[in-house]
Amino acid sequence: MFHVFLAESRKLRRPTLLFSTLLTVVGISGLFTSLLFLLINSRSGNGRRGELINAATLSLPNGLVVGFTSTVTLLGVVALCIFAAQTAQEYTFGTLRNLLVRQPSRMKILLGKYLSMAFFALVMDVLSLIVSVALSYGLAGHAHVSTAAWSTGAGFHALAQGFGNVFLATMGFGTLGMILGLLLRSPISSIAIGVIWVLIVENLLSLVIKDANRWLPGSLIGAVGNGGDIGITYPHALLFGGLYLLVGAGIVAFLFKRRDVAN
Amino acid sequence: MNSPAISVSDLSKVYGDRPALSHANFEVPMGTVCGFVGPNGSGKTTTIRMLLGLITPTGGTGTVLGQSIKHPEKYLPQVGAMIEGPAFYPALTGSENLKVLADLGGFPMSRVQPLLEQVGLGDRGTGKFKTYSLGMKQRLGIAAALLPQPKLLVLDEPTNGLDPSGIQEVRELIKDLANDGTTVFVSSHLLSELEMISEHLVMLRLGKVLFAGKTQDLLSAQQPVLVAKPEYAVDLGKVVAIAQNNGHEVSIIDGEAHIIGSADWAATLNRLAFEAGITLAALTSVLPTLEETFFEMTGDE
Repeated sequence: MFHVFLAESRKLRRPTLLFSTLLTVVGISGLFTSLLFLLINSRSGNGRRGELINAATLSLPNGLVVGFTSTVTLLGVVALCIFAAQTAQEYTFGTLRNLLVRQPSRMKILLGKYLSMAFFALVMDVLSLIVSVALSYGLAGHAHVSTAAWSTGAGFHALAQGFGNVFLATMGFGTLGMILGLLLRSPISSIAIGVIWVLIVENLLSLVIKDANRWLPGSLIGAVGNGGDIGITYPHALLFGGLYLLVGAGIVAFLFKRRDVAN
Repeated sequence: MNSPAISVSDLSKVYGDRPALSHANFEVPMGTVCGFVGPNGSGKTTTIRMLLGLITPTGGTGTVLGQSIKHPEKYLPQVGAMIEGPAFYPALTGSENLKVLADLGGFPMSRVQPLLEQVGLGDRGTGKFKTYSLGMKQRLGIAAALLPQPKLLVLDEPTNGLDPSGIQEVRELIKDLANDGTTVFVSSHLLSELEMISEHLVMLRLGKVLFAGKTQDLLSAQQPVLVAKPEYAVDLGKVVAIAQNNGHEVSIIDGEAHIIGSADWAATLNRLAFEAGITLAALTSVLPTLEETFFEMTGDE
């Protein structure tokens, strides 16, 4: 499995993928954190869905990670795209047969790829955290936000908890992408369906069906990243979001193990 | 005695109700070059995929390097393969693509550059795969197959897209590998390509094995043909009669009598024709090529 991890890492390290992804992550984190502090007195709000987050809230110990956690859905979408593309491309390029000749254990291929992409997601999240934390400190003075509580024990705890939740959510979205990639065997289809579902379909369903977001996988994974959401408790999001992914991953792992590689 | 490099018994694969391979039986002796020939769609790639553990047979059994094909993990580390054309990551360089496979198989990276040089890509390893010509892609595929320093090399249509000198180089490469003791199982739809390098042949048509054995046995299975052309066309019937009266099968093709018979009988035919007052303008003994034998067996045009 370690050999698969190394091989996958080599593919993920290619400059066009690595630098474009990391630049996107920097852009997303920079934008969300900057807007959080720069629009602090804006009537249209400075948080997700027009939510108003004032200086007092941002001065709390968890104020340092508010900007970072608000990027969770977009970071998740980036992870979804990468996991889906890296998985489905093996079918479209026909390279899966090469992988399976060199490593016949299909579960090792799957797990090695997954761990390698998990490491990539970790790098993404760490970078996003660094950018967000740096900008938060940099813009706090401008927004009249006190940073004293951020460097307390409670502040570090909130930082670690926020990072853990965002990483869990990123992995959740990534897993969703990998499931789609294995099911659809096409990068374009799996990315399109995944992104449209998470960003559009779930939002529309949540608007027209009461409490729909409590049962939709994307909303549940996003809620994990935010440590809970409106109408969704953290344990509920973790339990049902995790359940969706476990069942999905189980089905595709079974299919991947049994399916003939005939392309 | 060495066990065969490949052995299959009643190996079958059915997709829905369409049989892709039907009760195939053949062996590939260790240390030989074995050609795997059949028209497109005859089941060659399906067979190769089953041997490499990529698809599951619906019936029959097989062994590769003495291990059951149910456990490809036991023999694949000693097998190099290029299946149905080269497949690599377009955005990676040729060298990086080989390194991905070297990572995967746990092979030393120091093997990559010499392999690129061996297949004539020594100075193009830093080019992206998507910029390669078809011939270069094919060479990279062969390099990838050689990464594990295989005991058994499986090449599916390795000369596709290569120019004549490239084809010749691949032939030489296969010969060199065979001389070093590597068993080479090479498929092609062009029999003429394999006739020159294969000691053994497995011939497929419509998912069935038509012939499996020594190339020489296949050649000797077909009797040579004497082609006789009388000086005057009106004498053609007399030549046919002489041959038939002496127990030979004859067919007339383009004004010539094609007589099944060995070269030894040519002198007798010439004498009998002379005694009948016929002058033969041409009398040649033709040994059928493997291709002709194959078409004879498969009924292809």
